[in-house]
Amino acid sequence: MSRATLGWIVLSWVGFVLLPWYGFERSASPNLADYFVSGSALIHGIRGAWWLLPILVPLGMALVPVVRPSIQQKGTWLVASGLLGLALIVVQGFSIGLNGWTFDALRSLFGEPGPSQAGMGYGAALTAAAFLIILCHGLAARGWCRGDAFVTSSIGIVVALILVFVFFPVSTILASAFADNSGNFAPSAFVAKFMDKSIWGLDCLTSDLRCGVAWNTLFLGLLVAFGTTALGLAFALIATRTEFRYKKLLRVMSVLPIITPPFVIGLALILLFGRSGALSNLLWEWFGVPRSRWIYGLPGVFIAQLLAFTPIAFLVLIGVVQGISPTLEEASQTLRAKSWTTFWTVTLPLMRPGLANAFLLGFVESLADFGNPLVLAGNYEVLSTKIFFAVVGAQQDQGRAAVLSIILLAFTLGAFWMQHAWLGKKVYTTVTGKGDSGIPLPLPRRVAMASYLTAIPWAIFTLAVYAIIVVGAFVRSMGRDYTPTFEHFLTAFRVERADWGLYFSGSAWNSFFATVKVAALSAPLTAAIGLLTAYLLTRQRFSGQRAFEFGTLLSFAIPGTVVGVSYILAFNVPPIEITGTGFILVMCFVFRNMPVGVRSGIATLSQIDKSLDEASLTLGARSATTMRRVVLPLLRPAIVASLVYSFVRAMTAVSAVIFLVTAEYNMATTYIVGRVEAGEFGLAIAYSTALILVMLLAIVAIQLMVGERRLGRRSASAAPSPIAVQAVP
Amino acid sequence: MELKKTFAAATMLAGTMTAMSFMSAGAVQAQGALVMYCAVQEEWCRAMTTAFERETGIKVSMTRKSSGEIYAQVKAESQNPRADIWWGGTGDPHMQAAEEGLTEAYKSPKMTELQDWAVRQWDQSKQRTVGIYSGALGFGYNTDQAKANNIGEPKCWADLLKAELKDEVQVADPNSSGTAYTLLATIIQIMGEDKGFEYLKALHKNINQYTKSGAAPAKATALGETTVGITFMHDMVTMVVDKAPVKVVAPCEGTGYEIGSMSIIKGAKNMDSAKKFYDWALTADAQKLGADAKSYQVPSNKSTPIPPQAPKLTDIKLINFDFAKYGSSDERRRLLSKWDNEVKNLPK
Repeated sequence: MSRATLGWIVLSWVGFVLLPWYGFERSASPNLADYFVSGSALIHGIRGAWWLLPILVPLGMALVPVVRPSIQQKGTWLVASGLLGLALIVVQGFSIGLNGWTFDALRSLFGEPGPSQAGMGYGAALTAAAFLIILCHGLAARGWCRGDAFVTSSIGIVVALILVFVFFPVSTILASAFADNSGNFAPSAFVAKFMDKSIWGLDCLTSDLRCGVAWNTLFLGLLVAFGTTALGLAFALIATRTEFRYKKLLRVMSVLPIITPPFVIGLALILLFGRSGALSNLLWEWFGVPRSRWIYGLPGVFIAQLLAFTPIAFLVLIGVVQGISPTLEEASQTLRAKSWTTFWTVTLPLMRPGLANAFLLGFVESLADFGNPLVLAGNYEVLSTKIFFAVVGAQQDQGRAAVLSIILLAFTLGAFWMQHAWLGKKVYTTVTGKGDSGIPLPLPRRVAMASYLTAIPWAIFTLAVYAIIVVGAFVRSMGRDYTPTFEHFLTAFRVERADWGLYFSGSAWNSFFATVKVAALSAPLTAAIGLLTAYLLTRQRFSGQRAFEFGTLLSFAIPGTVVGVSYILAFNVPPIEITGTGFILVMCFVFRNMPVGVRSGIATLSQIDKSLDEASLTLGARSATTMRRVVLPLLRPAIVASLVYSFVRAMTAVSAVIFLVTAEYNMATTYIVGRVEAGEFGLAIAYSTALILVMLLAIVAIQLMVGERRLGRRSASAAPSPIAVQAVP
Repeated sequence: MELKKTFAAATMLAGTMTAMSFMSAGAVQAQGALVMYCAVQEEWCRAMTTAFERETGIKVSMTRKSSGEIYAQVKAESQNPRADIWWGGTGDPHMQAAEEGLTEAYKSPKMTELQDWAVRQWDQSKQRTVGIYSGALGFGYNTDQAKANNIGEPKCWADLLKAELKDEVQVADPNSSGTAYTLLATIIQIMGEDKGFEYLKALHKNINQYTKSGAAPAKATALGETTVGITFMHDMVTMVVDKAPVKVVAPCEGTGYEIGSMSIIKGAKNMDSAKKFYDWALTADAQKLGADAKSYQVPSNKSTPIPPQAPKLTDIKLINFDFAKYGSSDERRRLLSKWDNEVKNLPK
């Protein structure tokens, strides 16, 4: 038995005997004794919580292989102990709630109200985790995944986390799709809501009526996915394959929108192109172009989403474009292929995993986006806003929201499936152990021109949008009164010097600190879980892999509002009672943003030759060591992408967190939304500017900390030594 | 190597400590705490919080959300309520929560000091929610745009049907916004259901956009994105105070109004504090804070001075708004689906 297994067995006992089994009341202020022994499951069990005592059986079973080392079926004992332990914890947790029995059957069988218990605490969490790991170690001992305990444990942990933080909450709310208004099971209500004309109507094809919201969403999603992928590719090609002078600037421009809080892009677009917008006014005065409201509707949302999501495509694609081995391209040229032919038949097909993943992300992001349609969509309705207002609007119809979410989910599922079909079973490996001596091909002129022509105007456009935002933060009222002022910053970020030190009296500080804290905690977690998942998906083979992969996409595909409500429904009552804590915010962000880590990880990993890992394994390194020493350094662009993305997302996401914020953990975006609702755009923009600065600093810091991937590639400028390739600005 | 290990151990310890501090949800003293969901503007929420803390020493944890969001949250939390009091925000979600038994009945000793409309709503909700302020529905128009396009001053609901205003009127979608639902209910109460829907169909031709949020047309009017915006009058007043070229109109036919309400959450963990806050929030002193925070609604306590900028309720012809009927979920569902089928899907 390995020391690690032994350690986890000890921890399972620690969680049961030493640590407090239950969470503390919000109002309680526990002392040290409450933390140790006196609140433990053992003491509770002896004092009357009899349902905790059976857990001693699996705890004892885990000890069997320890005390009798000669025993043959060590793995079987561990598996049985882990399974039984988890089952007991889950069953007692779900059947005994805050107000007694939770199931009607139990209530009628044993009488009301029955025993009650609070939510799980540190002890329960530790013991449950230990049982899980014991189970995984047992499976490894029985020969699963070539007996590699690291791999089985990783799979176990990720699956358990996804079950708890994705499937469990989401299923609670999707169940309401099949219920009528009083909560009874009613499949006919589902059919009626599902077949509604406002969802599937096709009137816009034949008349000037509106089409169903599902078609609108789908159409917008496809447009945005194509657009962001094309733009992202143009930026990535310029950044890696050309000698463009202002490359760095271009990169900053391309990543700026990702760090922009919601509403701000939409707002800036209105101030530029709205009927009374700055550009519209110029066009009217100079060229007599009549002012109109064209921006409200499909064009406006499309532009805003292109701005917002191109960076994601760029971040995914740049790693992939860098990773393409010049050797293949050189081979193609040696065979006398023209540079255009090479690009078209070698380079582009090798980028497929990147293109497919960028497309998928763009599509899913567009479907889930909420801030931009809210501001700009006008009468063009999309699912995400419709779902939001089904929950919080005058209708207050949660079942309808669930039905619409299922449709949204179906679209995502479809996109996911198509992506798989398109990628097929081809191999895209280009980063191998062999040294590459080739020089990356300069872009064919046609491609270079096309890239420049799309990327540069776009960058200028981004610049204009950002100029508006910066100006907006420093004038009294954007669009009306351009008197310069610091008033907005003072309201939000005033710092006073009190006798006892600095006093942060501005109204935004509170949410600002909470946001930074939550973002900083969730970013590394997101990246770690995301990349681990990507590693498992690409490097390991196990049954249920597809379902597992889909599970990782699920929380991303479901609109934030639905996730927010489902988190309250699931986590406000025992056994897992974590609403009102910062922890639930972190978890929400981790599982909403993990798919980006997974996607960029998969895109990058599918380029890296498996023989590199195998070489390391053959030389006697374990999986964990291989991961740390070989895979991770090669994954640096993906690490940067997922760290940046999750940090930024934690600072800018709106809809999910609206329901999860509390007085103590208030988030920047809810503050901004409140300001936008009140019409105080100046303040909202000023706060956003501050956030943008913080995020820029964070991105630079992440870049410096993770460092750059060094591939043995030369650049076309004939630098003598392999130069470092910078991943993202 | 040893150093590295020590460092790693120290980091892990620090991490665990942070995680532990993070898991506990803000230890607030059991005596004298109050969790409040607040649905008005941030400034006003803050002013209320600090004033109440100063007055009573009770520590208030305030979270600001829109009224609909609070309703959804209170409903989702009903198994294990987190909040004690829900203060402010338009009355519909409060009425809905009262109907579903999510809030607690309470009779405050201050009830005698309140305006009739506040007491009536309290009665209709089986004592579960009480009016703290009210705001009349109306519209505002952008004077610059009106001048540029030669549009005469609109004074009545009927004026909004004029052909010059084609594509120049903005209002929220009643499915998503309580403001727009108030408009729907108001028009029906003024004109009767059949005539009312005829009016809304005619108005549909002049609507350029049904926004999602109720107050959005006020901002759009201020920016000149639309000429006329239909909102609660105090939302327009905020734009006027901000020196936008906007004129606020109280329609001549009469108009409906919202009652910003307050409810105690059923099963509140700090029931005593909640009741203390409830009584305090109905006093004139507490209601005065609204005007200081640039919110110009009409307070419900008779002796609260009405802010000079606020639209005077005496100058406005208020209809006798039937909150019990139009606030009930069945009636609302019926009207909304009728509006969806007969108005929203009409060609322009």
